[in-house]
Amino acid sequence: MVDNRQQWKAWLYLSPAIVLLLVFTVWPIFNTLRMAFLEGYSEQLVVRGETFTFGIGNFLKVIKYKDFITCMKNTVLLCVLTVPISTLLALLIAVALNSIKGLQRFLQTVFFLPYVTNSIAIGMVFAAMFNIVGSFHGTQNEIIQTAGIINNVIEFFGGEKINWINVGSTYAANITVMVVYIVWNALPFKILVLLGGLQAINKQYYDAAKVDGTSRRRIFTRITVPLLSPMLAYVIITGFIGGFKEYTSIVGIFGETMGPPNDAGRLNTMVGFIYDQLSSKHHGRASAAALILFVVIFIVTQINMKVGKKNIHY
Amino acid sequence: MKVVLQNLTKIFPSRDKKSNTEVVAVNDFTFEIPDGKLVGLLGPSGCGKSTTLYMISGLQKPSSGKIFFGDDDVTELSTENRGIGLVFQNYALYPHMTVLQNILFPLQNLKGADRPTKEEMLERAHYAAKLVQIDELMERKPSELSGGQQQRVAIARALVKMPRVLLLDEPLSNLDARLRLQTREEIKRIQKETGITTVFVTHDQEEAMSISDVIVVMKLGVVQQIGKPQDVYDSPENLFVAKFLGTPPINVFSGRVENDKLFIGDEAVLDITGVENQEVTIGIRPEGFILDENGPFSCKLSNVEVMGRDASVVATSEASLNPILRAIINSDNKVDTTKETVRFSVKPHKVFLFNKDTEERIYYEVK
Amino acid sequence: MSAKNEINVMRERDMQQVSARQKVVKTLVKVGVYAFLIAMALVVLFPFYWMLISSVKTLDEYRLSIPTFWPQKIMLSNYAEAFSTANLGRLFMNTLYVGVVSTLLSLVITVLCAFAFARLEFKGKDTMFGLMLATMMIPGELFTITNYQTVTNFGWTGTFTVLIVPFLVSVFYIYLLRQNFLQIPNELYLAAKVDGTSDLKYLWKVMIPLALPTLISITILKMMGAWNSYIWPRLVANDEAHRLITNGLRNAFTTTTGDVNYPVQMAAVAIVSAPLFLVFIFLRKYIMAGVSRSGIKG
Repeated sequence: MVDNRQQWKAWLYLSPAIVLLLVFTVWPIFNTLRMAFLEGYSEQLVVRGETFTFGIGNFLKVIKYKDFITCMKNTVLLCVLTVPISTLLALLIAVALNSIKGLQRFLQTVFFLPYVTNSIAIGMVFAAMFNIVGSFHGTQNEIIQTAGIINNVIEFFGGEKINWINVGSTYAANITVMVVYIVWNALPFKILVLLGGLQAINKQYYDAAKVDGTSRRRIFTRITVPLLSPMLAYVIITGFIGGFKEYTSIVGIFGETMGPPNDAGRLNTMVGFIYDQLSSKHHGRASAAALILFVVIFIVTQINMKVGKKNIHY
Repeated sequence: MKVVLQNLTKIFPSRDKKSNTEVVAVNDFTFEIPDGKLVGLLGPSGCGKSTTLYMISGLQKPSSGKIFFGDDDVTELSTENRGIGLVFQNYALYPHMTVLQNILFPLQNLKGADRPTKEEMLERAHYAAKLVQIDELMERKPSELSGGQQQRVAIARALVKMPRVLLLDEPLSNLDARLRLQTREEIKRIQKETGITTVFVTHDQEEAMSISDVIVVMKLGVVQQIGKPQDVYDSPENLFVAKFLGTPPINVFSGRVENDKLFIGDEAVLDITGVENQEVTIGIRPEGFILDENGPFSCKLSNVEVMGRDASVVATSEASLNPILRAIINSDNKVDTTKETVRFSVKPHKVFLFNKDTEERIYYEVK
Repeated sequence: MSAKNEINVMRERDMQQVSARQKVVKTLVKVGVYAFLIAMALVVLFPFYWMLISSVKTLDEYRLSIPTFWPQKIMLSNYAEAFSTANLGRLFMNTLYVGVVSTLLSLVITVLCAFAFARLEFKGKDTMFGLMLATMMIPGELFTITNYQTVTNFGWTGTFTVLIVPFLVSVFYIYLLRQNFLQIPNELYLAAKVDGTSDLKYLWKVMIPLALPTLISITILKMMGAWNSYIWPRLVANDEAHRLITNGLRNAFTTTTGDVNYPVQMAAVAIVSAPLFLVFIFLRKYIMAGVSRSGIKG
């Protein structure tokens, strides 16, 4: 028996959440769909009293848009590079952390530090580290090229300094910087989850493996990785989802130009594209792009799950 | 291969750093496990039996003392180089591998000249599986097996590399009563067939008695007695061993020896020689009582439980150190349950005397 | 049974040799593991170190072509300059205000919802909960476009309201807290009912204390969210009076190249990062617990 007082009480307690969700979550879902399928929809034009016909023109425009292709390419490239690197690195660090006793807690804390940072703020630190500064030193007009610390290190080891992010830098150099920063940023969460997973594995499996004379490599590939596979799948899927929404880390390094000053937008991503469309009041196109992003994320997640099913062992 | 434990000691440092209470898990254990025998380490929890097993396996390092396999000192050798097989209490089967993969795993770890060919590996895996009768289940995952089946897979995995020593940690504790009986017979059979020196740990005295060639009774890290199960049962060296072995447990009384007579309460139950006058603790096995209307020992009858062949007479006595005492008699003997008292005489070889304080055995002769 | 001879490969080995080799290998592996971990830790820490030492260098020292790893002269004035250049005081107050108000309101909403889902019986409970969970699958970017229009229509742009209200409900936090509430035995609730305790009193006296760790996790993550939010504030409240810290920081130092006073910029970054670090140092346990369950940054 459901008593009546509980009924209305429950709905009363839920009401603030429901109202807010209706306005800021449910309505946007429908509205985004609506806008995406109205040709050339824009709020500005609505105000002027224009009407729009139903169609898939927004999608076609978005896909044909050169900027969109760039954004898509950047996003996918960053995902494909950073997710495997960060996952592998996090796995190695977690396994190493799990195998030691002394310093374990201390190192665990250190590895978590990048998580509690502001990705824009620390992005600025990375930018400084990778910078080349055309600076004034000595007399006013004497321009001496001095480098950020990364280039100092490269030069120290006898290498040529590289223009990472400044005017005239190459795309490859830009992407390298982004990969380093995104991996650095992604490690803490992955290490935390994987280490948690490792600590939950029954120690007896390792004792049994020891009794059977299993080599370290085989313990890693045949026992640790399979037993950790659910956690690995989890960090890979969340990694891809996060990767497809990459935006602020690029703002952190390059600023809102989303690229070196001479080639603004070179590193723009899908999310960046959506906001660009929004700022230029192309609501229809922004909606279409957001839906495309959603579908891409959905498909990638599904593929991950399918592949995971085959490889997650229990 | 024989396994020799020499003054084996294991001390665990105290958990919290403030108090200096070290735990001596195993204290000065010396013993030679003869080649090809099945040895049961027996004792209540915390007696150090598992620690001993883990020291033999190499998963734990002794604080002092030495371990020899044959003539080789393996004390410093790590687990993987000892060539042992270990069956864990919870079996520790790899959950992501099938039964076959689990059994093959130890073989695939072998390197160089030791490494068999693929065909040999399969052959040996199937041989081991047949030995424990799980050759029908090779493609299943551990989660699809019953406790008993998992246990056998664990044994097969331990046996497949033909270990020099097989170690079993409470192998039957996760099985139900019926499976336990069946499996312990199988362990005995497999051990006989393979002739591998085997050590197993249990807290169940019946289990240890039924399959071991030799049992080692331990208490708080100290070995109490070593011997053939029947010998230990028939001649316990102290009260602890006497109490620990046997179901139903031994009946314990306080009594005294006075002028070559053994008294329980005021009743002289046996004429003995060789013991000075003193207070003693007396242990009488349940089967040591004989129903005898003119017997010297009387107690208050509570009830009689008939269990087929045997009957168990439950009674109380002022001198008993337990709330009740139990006598097992042939059920052909009819006990008059209307009477308040029941009288027994005792079988001398089932009556043990112990020092009241040290609880060490006092040997006597029957007059 | 000749099984033993037939398949016995466990050869007697030269024990001493094996034993010695095994010791060497073990030590080497241990050294390797520590070396790897410490090297990685240094990589992780380096940006923080560089930020701190750069923030107290003079501009000239910063620009030396051979960098110094310890400042020759400690310029604490960089911090003062950073503070005024980026108007950090104002940004701090704005962010703190938005963070505190939105956290408090959000906690109330979350607790009420979680309580209803965990303890009360009502028609459509499971459907409602399922629908809420379903919304978690959709990326936030999909909402932003419409929400931007909505708040514009409400006339909220350029107010604090716009920074607070749209994000008050987090289905994930409701889910987290509900799971926590469910672990509290129902008997406690029934006993309280028998004693005539009101729902709210029970919630306040029993459930909230028991679920405190989760609530603390939620609070910290929510505050961190306010601290780190960038996209939405930039879109809807990018004026001097309402700007939040991340945005303000990025705006104050827009150009990444050319003649930027990096030490001052690094000082600003250090100031902005400091509160998060302090929170982390004192409440590490709660942050890690919350994060490992969420998988969402901020």
